[in-house]
Amino acid sequence: MKFAILSFPGSNCEMDLYHAINDVMGETAELVSFKKDSLDDYDAALVPGGFSYGDYLRGGAIARFSPIIKALGEFADTGKPVLGICNGFQILTEAGLLPGVLQKNTSAKFVCKPVELYVNNNDTVFTNQYESGQTITLPVAHGEGNYFCDQETLKDLEANNQIVFKYRDNPNGSVENIAGIINKAGNVLGMMPHPERAVEELLGSADGKGMFESIINSMVSRGIVYE
Amino acid sequence: MYLAKVYVTYKQSILNPEAEAIKDAVVRMGYDDVKDLTLGKYFEVKIDGTNVEHEIDEICDKLLANVNMESYRYEIEELEAAK
Repeated sequence: MKFAILSFPGSNCEMDLYHAINDVMGETAELVSFKKDSLDDYDAALVPGGFSYGDYLRGGAIARFSPIIKALGEFADTGKPVLGICNGFQILTEAGLLPGVLQKNTSAKFVCKPVELYVNNNDTVFTNQYESGQTITLPVAHGEGNYFCDQETLKDLEANNQIVFKYRDNPNGSVENIAGIINKAGNVLGMMPHPERAVEELLGSADGKGMFESIINSMVSRGIVYE
Repeated sequence: MYLAKVYVTYKQSILNPEAEAIKDAVVRMGYDDVKDLTLGKYFEVKIDGTNVEHEIDEICDKLLANVNMESYRYEIEELEAAK
């Protein structure tokens, strides 16, 4: 299957994703410029971490007005999987593809370390290769990862089982220890931790590989992949 | 031509760690009378047209403020035409 990795001025995790998909998973990923206006050729879209547009104004605030984000909205409407990681998560919330916002960490510090996550929902396109309640270790690296939404939205997220990952030990002040959420339709996921930086034991953890295996598994089982 | 002065601030329910750190520094400087300090963003937008208020509202809603955590207000003044 063919993954699109969106790249913006200031993205810096796109090559980690490229390595994870092409070298580790043995699938095909291509970088797609923020200037492009179509994702029709792809089966899944990945929005990488980094500091798009220098995080001017707010993380993701300016990137969301790139032509590719309009295409991403249309792509998401078709039900194909969209995964936003770190700055990618911020872009998805700014674009309105996911609810809420990522605020500055309560510590006011940039936090960069491996963290333990609780798989709160393993019945998704992105997490079906994990056990429910499994603890996985992925690195985080962010200054604005403190997830916030109003009470009504939070109730909605809980009622619809949209909280996919929770921190075991909250590194940034996120409401309800939220590390990753999915949209109602179940095809757009945003998360602060970096699965693409944890795909080989050599990197300290291979726990992130399960996410890419999950995406590939669900696409194959839906018959979307043609060899 | 008009000048819009736009102020974007965090909503009261939002904890802003940067403002907290600045406030702590101010108190450490000896200004114990300081009880609260907030931090926000200020924009000056020069804009032409007949529907200035509406356009500024849209610009704020779409980009300058994230209404999940920020609110905004603005003042619009008419600039004198250059002679």
